Formats: sequence, C-alpha cells, structure tokens
Amino acid sequence: MGELRLMKGNEVIAEAAIRCGCDGYFGYPITPQSEVMESLMAQRPWETTGMVVLQAESEIASIHMVYGAAGCGKRVMTSSSSPGISLMAEGISYIAGSELPCVIVNVQRGGPGLGTIQPSQADYYQATKGGGHGDYSLLVLAPASVQEMHDFVALGFDLAYKYRNPVMILADGVIGQMMEKVELMDQRPRWTDEQVKEITGSWATLGKTKDRSKHVITSLEMDSHIMEENNLRLQAKYNKMKQEDVRYETILCEDAEYVLVAFGSAARICQKTVQLAREKGHKVGLLRPITLFPFPEKPIEELASRIKGFMTVEFNAGQMVHDVKLVVNGKTKVEYFGRMGGILPSPDEVEQALLQKLIGG
Amino acid sequence: MAEVAERLKDIIKPENLIYGKSPVLNNVTMHYCPGCSHGVVHKLIAEVIDELGIQDKTIGVSPVGCAVFAYNYIDIDWSEAAHGRAPAVATGIKRIMPEKTVFTYQGDGDLAAIGTAETMHAINRGENIVMIFINNAIYGMTGGQMAPTTLLGQVTSTTPYGRNVDLNGYPLKITELIAQLPGAAYVTRQSVHTAAAVRKARKAIRKAFELSQQNIGTCFVEVVSTCNSGWKMNPVESNDWMVKHMFPLFPLGDLKDGGKDKTDGFNLQPQ
Ligand SMILES: Cc1ncc(C[n+]2csc(CCOP(=O)(O)OP(=O)(O)O)c2C)c(N)n1
Ligand code: SF4
Ligand SMILES: [Mg+2]
Repeated sequence: MGELRLMKGNEVIAEAAIRCGCDGYFGYPITPQSEVMESLMAQRPWETTGMVVLQAESEIASIHMVYGAAGCGKRVMTSSSSPGISLMAEGISYIAGSELPCVIVNVQRGGPGLGTIQPSQADYYQATKGGGHGDYSLLVLAPASVQEMHDFVALGFDLAYKYRNPVMILADGVIGQMMEKVELMDQRPRWTDEQVKEITGSWATLGKTKDRSKHVITSLEMDSHIMEENNLRLQAKYNKMKQEDVRYETILCEDAEYVLVAFGSAARICQKTVQLAREKGHKVGLLRPITLFPFPEKPIEELASRIKGFMTVEFNAGQMVHDVKLVVNGKTKVEYFGRMGGILPSPDEVEQALLQKLIGG
Repeated sequence: MAEVAERLKDIIKPENLIYGKSPVLNNVTMHYCPGCSHGVVHKLIAEVIDELGIQDKTIGVSPVGCAVFAYNYIDIDWSEAAHGRAPAVATGIKRIMPEKTVFTYQGDGDLAAIGTAETMHAINRGENIVMIFINNAIYGMTGGQMAPTTLLGQVTSTTPYGRNVDLNGYPLKITELIAQLPGAAYVTRQSVHTAAAVRKARKAIRKAFELSQQNIGTCFVEVVSTCNSGWKMNPVESNDWMVKHMFPLFPLGDLKDGGKDKTDGFNLQPQ
C-alpha cells in the first residue's frame, strides 16, 4: 500500500505530477486551482526529480510553453480554470494538430465570462466538442474524488503518449478544493534521455543528428490532400480511443428502471440520491462516465433498451444530456436536471427532480 | 558556348572556392520574393550554426508570417509556433532542455503586435535564447497590411491613405523597449541591404549565438528589412526606401551588451 495522506484535490495534482516523473509544469494562477502551482513551487521538484516548474505571464504563454516542451518528447502539463482554458484554446488546438502528448487540468468554475469562482461543469462542451478551432478531440478524464485526481495524472500521461494527443483532466472546484484521504503512488523516476529518445526519437525536436532528417513540430500543411489525410489520421486516432479507452462506472444499474448519468462531483451527489431513492423502493442506478471523450456510448445504449428513463445531473444548463440523447436515439426518455452559477444541488433536490421528471409522484 | 564551359571547368575547382552554400542550408528553392531580406538572414543563421558546430543541438522556432516555412530551409529541428507565441514555445524548449541552443525567428507583426506579451516576458525573464527579429514595417504574408512598425504616412493595404497617428498610433520601437529589460543580454539592430551590412549582421548573429552558449540572458538581433512585394517597389527601390525612411527611426547599432542585469541593490534576498 502506498503512502496515505489527507489532501486537497489541487495539491494532489502537484504531488502526483512530481511522483509520476513529470518533466515540466507551466501555469498561471487562477482560482480555484492556484494550489497546484503553489504546491509545486513550495516543493521545489527541480532540486529533487529535476522537474521544471515555471509561472508564465498568461495562460496563452503557459500552453505554448507546453507545446514547445512537449515537442521535445518530455512529459509536461499545465493546469487552469475555465477563463484560463479559454485563453489556452489556441494552443490546445495547435497541440492536437501537431499531435503532441501533454496533460491539461481544468478545475472548472462557473461562467460565462469572469463568472464565479464557485464550482461548475459548464465547460463540458468546451472540453469534449473542441474549444479551439478545427476538427480535434481531447481525451477527457473526469475525476470524482481526490484519489482520482491523483490517479488520472499518471493515467493522463500514459494515454497522452499512447495517442500522441493532449489529455484533459476535467475536474471542478469541488474536487479541487475538497480534502480526502488519498493513497499516493511511489516516486517514479523521470524518463532518462535514452528513454526519451527511444519513445519519442522518431518525431521529437531533440536536435538534428547526422543520422536522421530534421524533425519539425507543426500543424501546418498547404497541400489540401495531405491536410485531409492528416485529418483522417486524427479521426482514426479518436476512433481508436472509442474502441480501447472508454471508461465509466456503474452503480446499481443491474436491476435499475431509472438511471442517473453524472460525472465528477455531480456523480458523488447522485450516489447519495440513488441510496435515498432506493430506500423508498425506486429502482434507481447511476452511470458515471469517467472518460467524457470517448463517451461511454455502449453501456448507455444497452441500458436504453431496457430502462424507463435516464436523467443527467450536471452543474450546467444541460450539456452532457445531448450526448446521452444522441446515444439513446429516442428509445427511452432522457431528462436533465442541473444547477448553475456555482450552486450544487443536494441529493434530495436531485431525488425530487427525478420523481418529478421521470418516476412521477 | 562549349568554349566557355571548357574555360569554366578550369576555374571551378575546390582550391579556387572562396564561398559556398552552407551545408546547414537545405537544397531547396526558397519561396521568398526576389529581393526579400528573409532569405539573406536565413543564410546567415545557417552559416553561423555551421561555423559554431551546433547543428545537432540547435532548435529553431519559426513564426507565423512569411518565415513560417523557415523549417524547410535550415537543416535543424524546428518547432513551428502559433502567431506571436514563438518566445513562449522557445521558453518551453529551453527550460526543458537547457543544454540546447534555442532561437526564435519572427516578423514585426508576430513579435511586436500579437506576441508582444510573450516577447517582453520571455526577455524579462532573461530566457537564454536568441531572438531574430525581421522588421519590414509590414505584414508581408497576409498581403501588406499595417504592422506595429509601419511608419507614419506609410501606405499599406489597411492604411491606404498612409498611417495616421490619430487613427493608428505610432510606430513601435520595440527594440528600444527590449534594451531596457534587465533580462536582455545583447540587443542590436542590423540590416542586410549591402554586402558590408550583411557582414555586420552576420557578426551580430554569430555573437548572439555565441553568447547564448554562455546562458547570460536573451540575445536579440533586429534586422531592418525590406518587403518589396508588400511595399510595392522593386528590390533596388526598396533598399533605397529603407535607408531613407526606416533607418532614421530604426537606427542601426548595438543597444545593449554585456549580459543581463545584476540583481544587487533591488533584491530582498540577495543571491
Ligand atoms: C491568430 C492569428 N491571427 C492572424 C493570423 C494571420 N497572419 C498570418 S501572418 C500575419 C502577419 C505577419 O506579419 P509579420 O509578422 O510582420 O511577418 P512577415 O510576413 O512580414 O515576415 C498575420 C496577421 C494568423 N495566422 N493567426
Ligand atoms: S511578401 Fe515581403 S516579406 Fe514576404 S517574401 Fe515577399 S518580400 Fe519577403
Ligand atoms: Mg513584417
């Protein structure tokens, strides 16, 4: 068993980054995730593992620093919250277009605009449908606990390198700020120069040696036919994600007549709602997508043919509900319940909505 | 004809060679307009990289602008940055691989408009990179719009009646601002309009790359340049116009030398 600690979600991101052998972090302060960089700076990992930590002048700069460093085949990351992620949209599109691996953490707060520093899930569309320009997708992981905040950093890097694609950890202010018990991984060494060369030597900008032609990190292509091929290659990659890396959790879905669909901290609230509803004799289950892209289509499709209805619970105006509807395709009812502006619904409130919208009371 | 070829054969011999294309320059035709300064500066960078023997440790960061394809011409590893973000990209590369030589190559729109924040902050941090700044007072790539360095009265496609100070503000002397930054190690302004100027620019670029091996702060070389297509002049007219109108506002010469500033006297925790 690894070391156990009581930690804040944001602090654990920093701890996990150091422990998984991350090479560099570039960021800019924003509530509710500033503790990520603060923890890193306090720990001074450049003196221990050699990890680089740099406070940039903006989120635009931090994501482009990530672009440069990721192009060197190094395992680098950034973190921010909603308004900062909007600024990063340009760089994220370039990173996806140039097929570079990296991890981006979004500890969401409410919007639009400057919005609120309170938690939110209103960046679901931004994370899963683009955010930047062009046909690209991020692989999006949605942690629902401090433990998952920890686990998804290393997992994020593994997936980012598996696909040479940016991975986003889409958390929210609740998970970023709350403290829970977490089991920490043991310290892993950073990749050695030899490992970097072995793993990324076919594309990374490590310096052009006589024995190979130059490496160019770019998303630019002036020939439309080649550009279309590049796009097709990206799409094939996203399809492979759908085949191989869908992750989700189901709770009491086997006999369920109604299923709540919720991710992140909304799923934590729904877990309680399931319990409350079951106590009253309603057969309610919970499906928690862990990857928001690729979306868990299969389990939803399977449930759709035998349950009486789904209700998504989201801290937004109803975003994921459209993905559920697409999969369900009219086979059963799909409802949405949510709160906005940083308000978290109580389990009772969710139960009320469930009774009203689906079960009938 | 055959006679000439025969005579040339006598002359073209290795021992008679006084100048050759740098092996660090790729064997491809450049896309630059005839008379454009970009190609000359590329050649100088390639020569310096070759002379210093740093081809295998140099990473270039190309801009968005006419030089976006710089990576097709200089035979090193490259990262192609988004418009204006080259200093941030270079920062990421240099911080993660401090043993490498990293340089950016940027136009005036890239470096002094959309990328001003990245430029100033990278230099203010004293990033140990070289920055090459091609100031041609116009947006060449997008068809000749006003640049931050466009002169007052200069006609461009977005200042069809000439740059007007009330409407467009002043030409930005960003290199003068940069020379004020404590993180700058070496700041110079050069040009490549005559053979003598090319030799001086080459020396400056060489010095910048040499200093950058010592990690003493940012080395910045502005090259006041021509964009004959954007200016709608032929190459000779462009050179004359540049000398007459640009040099008074952007005078050539060194603006700073000797490494980044010491922190004595204004550091709460003397290091
Ligand atoms: C975000 C963004 N905005 C605008 C552009 C369009 N654009 C491409 S190059 C350029 C200006 C280039 O001018 P400069 O940096 O002076 O380079 P030059 O071509 O003159 O060498 C612009 C505005 C872009 N590619 N990206
Ligand atoms: S448009 Fe101007 S900057 Fe671009 S290649 Fe032509 S002359 Fe050079
Ligand atoms: Mg220009």
